[in-house]
Amino acid sequence: MRGLFERFAVVLVVFGVFAALVTTARAGAYEDALPKFTLDSFSDTADAIDAIAASGSPLAPPLLQALKDQRLLFSASAKQVLIKAADGKLTDAATGQPFTAAPPSDLDNVRLNNRLRNLTDAALGALTLMAPDPGKRYGAAQSVFKSRDATAAAALDKAIAVEKDAGVKKTMLEAKAALTLTDAGAAAADKVAAIAIIRDRGDQDSLALLQSVPADAPKEVLAAATDAKAKIERNLALWNTVQNFWYGLSLGSVLLLAAIGLAITFGVMGVINMAHGEMVMLGAYVTYVVQDVIRASYPGLFDYSLAIALPLAFLFSAIVGIIIERSVIRFLYGRPLETLLATWGISLVLQQAVRAAFGPTNKEVGNPSWMSGAFDLGGILITYNRLWIIVFTAIVFVALLAMLRFTRLGLEMRAVTQNRSMAAAVGIRTARIDALTFGLGSGIAGIAGVALSQIDNVSPNLGQGYIIDSFMVVVFGGVGNLWGTLVGALTLGIANKFLEPFAGAVLGKIAILVFIILFIQKRPRGMFALKGRAIEA
Amino acid sequence: MYTVVHTAAKRPTARRWLAAAAGLAIAATGAISSAKAQDTIKVGILHSLSGTMAISETTLKDTMLFLIDEQNKKGGLLGKKLEAVVVDPASNWPLFAEKARELIAKDKVAAVFGCWTSVSRKSVLPVFKELNNILFYPVQYEGEESERNVFYTGAAPNQQAIPAVDYLMSKDGGEVKRWVLAGTDYVYPRTTNKILEAYLKSKGVKEEDIMVNYTPFGHSDWQTIVADIKKFGSAGKKTAVVSTINGDANVPFYKELGNQGIKATDIPVVAFSVGEEELAGLDTKPLVGHLAAWNYFESIKTPENAKFIKDWQAYTKNPKRTTNDPMEAHVIGFNMWVKAVEKVGSTDPDKVIDALPGITAPNLTGGTSTMLPNHHITKPVFVGEIKGDGQFDVVWKSKGLVPGDAWSDYLPGSKDLESDWVKLKCGNYNTVTKKCGGSAS
Repeated sequence: MRGLFERFAVVLVVFGVFAALVTTARAGAYEDALPKFTLDSFSDTADAIDAIAASGSPLAPPLLQALKDQRLLFSASAKQVLIKAADGKLTDAATGQPFTAAPPSDLDNVRLNNRLRNLTDAALGALTLMAPDPGKRYGAAQSVFKSRDATAAAALDKAIAVEKDAGVKKTMLEAKAALTLTDAGAAAADKVAAIAIIRDRGDQDSLALLQSVPADAPKEVLAAATDAKAKIERNLALWNTVQNFWYGLSLGSVLLLAAIGLAITFGVMGVINMAHGEMVMLGAYVTYVVQDVIRASYPGLFDYSLAIALPLAFLFSAIVGIIIERSVIRFLYGRPLETLLATWGISLVLQQAVRAAFGPTNKEVGNPSWMSGAFDLGGILITYNRLWIIVFTAIVFVALLAMLRFTRLGLEMRAVTQNRSMAAAVGIRTARIDALTFGLGSGIAGIAGVALSQIDNVSPNLGQGYIIDSFMVVVFGGVGNLWGTLVGALTLGIANKFLEPFAGAVLGKIAILVFIILFIQKRPRGMFALKGRAIEA
Repeated sequence: MYTVVHTAAKRPTARRWLAAAAGLAIAATGAISSAKAQDTIKVGILHSLSGTMAISETTLKDTMLFLIDEQNKKGGLLGKKLEAVVVDPASNWPLFAEKARELIAKDKVAAVFGCWTSVSRKSVLPVFKELNNILFYPVQYEGEESERNVFYTGAAPNQQAIPAVDYLMSKDGGEVKRWVLAGTDYVYPRTTNKILEAYLKSKGVKEEDIMVNYTPFGHSDWQTIVADIKKFGSAGKKTAVVSTINGDANVPFYKELGNQGIKATDIPVVAFSVGEEELAGLDTKPLVGHLAAWNYFESIKTPENAKFIKDWQAYTKNPKRTTNDPMEAHVIGFNMWVKAVEKVGSTDPDKVIDALPGITAPNLTGGTSTMLPNHHITKPVFVGEIKGDGQFDVVWKSKGLVPGDAWSDYLPGSKDLESDWVKLKCGNYNTVTKKCGGSAS
């Protein structure tokens, strides 16, 4: 009896599979292409993408999107292709229906390489030109512009006809122009018109497109292309200067941030603190610890991690600074050589301590979402992290100036640095002020560490990279003068960035050093030397 | 102090007793230490544990301790236990030579595993030649060297750089026509880029399609260079960056690439010094698709690799500890040394050096590496793409194993040179003049 039943069941299953096969075969190119994803070979996947993009199936766009986002799964044993949604739910790619059975055990991502990513982007671009979301349509038009995928031409024409949004339409027309320009069969007059559109776009990609016009093109096309190229290049050269200036400003702000704490400990107190870089490093590690705790316990707070890290880094570095001042440096006031050696030793101790505690490898400090990415401003690209660091540096600088100028602590600090014995005579506890001043300088180095963790390595060596530059800035700007530090940092940053394109990074740095040596020969006290008795105190 | 001497002088017997006891104690410790020296074979580990290079080298020190531990569990070598002697050259090149001398002359080690960067290797070379010992160098390097006392278990340029460039020129790699060769300013990138430039030109790439850029160690402001690369890449030809940027400078470089929106699909970057360890300090999501060429990746699925990773993580008690290419090089090098010592039944450097060529050892990616007469080894080559989780996905691998070539065939000065320590007994034999070039490196 059982045998008969089993056989019957087998027949039923076989029939079912047959029926399924027949329906899929009838359904067309889309379903035919799917099994190619299960072969796990790049060339088969490429064929499948082409076939699916051409199939016109409504299931194609979500499938390609899933492929691009690495959410397309396959099982070689079950010949099954599944789409995983962001919430982990599985959909059968063949039918678009939810997949409820137990997933096969050998489920794996469909693997991509760069060629396939480009193919997917091009296919998606053509397919999403009619998407309801204008942002998506804009992205699609951009990707057609970049891929110059001729098969998208028909879809593009249709999309242009119905497009309402002026910005998106402009991009679509640019994409269309790109297609015309690369189409060998297009008429010369059309190509000239296309070149005009591309010229008005005027960015780096347009230049690339115009440069790909073959030398055997009709004369009027070549002439138009050469004209357009010259115009774009002129425009870009102008923006290039703006860009160098911006990069210089950004480098200058990083230098300023690293040096500003030193401007207090070295500039105001006259202590050569070689461990200053390690205070910056400690601040960066505080950021790492804060982010680590947030990742583990409060993932929702990640975007605020830097705001939380700032006061903690300030406090931590300031306390370490005060401990160093009380335990070592106060015995060495007036003996610069010994201070230099002692703080150099402290810097090695701190580095090795961090290495022992956290390991020698880099630690990952993430960028919060508001510090990632970039936006275009005219012809230059401005990255958010650099922008925020410039803003942050400005705030720190102004806050520090205000503190020195308007608070009681600031007043006492200035008094002590200007004339120690007189300050003591009027009742200021100079030892306490020394400790606090050193703590303030260290604390500011700590918050510089928070900012630098966003653009540099967080490793025990972080500080070493900044210590020389910081001293350079303070000495160049003029010891004991915060404004000098500001001007010094910005001058060095901008000079460096204008030199770099001509001289290269290595020679550029050497040139700056030679310049500073010469400058210090001429003006040993830097750009803005304090006059009078102040620094003799 | 004074009182002790005073009382001792007063009572001569007591002093004599004291002297006798001290003598005995010295004799006893001497006996113990010499007995201990006979029981163990010492292995020197010369890797920086502090300073700039500690980031990379500390892991290799741990790897060696792990390998020695495993070997001792198997009963040691020649019936003796292995004993690791760890020194810290502190990323300081002259100190490497001093520490190497200390290891060989004072600790009497049988072989040394160590160094990272060619500068450190060049600095210890004279010491190894003078005191005749063995160095296993586990890192990829620029070639143009073959010494009797050194065994190079890392990749030579033809085992890493050239295959990577070949991949990028292929259809799957994107048929790259324009090249940016970006590197840190020291000997490895400079020589590798010289070889690559010659190679690319031999493949018909024009001078104006190659951009070479050098940056100082630890360079952190990449804005201008990344913008330049972007500009260079928008000349209407597919462009790729070949990066020999070393160490700490990589993280800000990749961060800047990500922020300026250069995707791997636009301008792929293939790196020769970026492995699993370096990516540990990065959010790799914006970097998906950028490439690295190595002879080993942690993600390669073979039973040997799975076992190695499991044992390594158990040994370090860290279930997230990554593995990387130079670690594998030490695994192969150490196993080869063990086999050679077993073969000759002695740790005498001369005998071991002669026995090593021809020795085979399994690598972790499923093949068997052989020590060649030129003191380099055969290795498979892999090109991997960075994934979102900080691992690599292998997109290309060489057919079979590639033998390491000490002297590049693409440089005018070195293409006639050949290295063979078995038949020719020479590291730089000139096949045109039929002469051995002596000790020039």
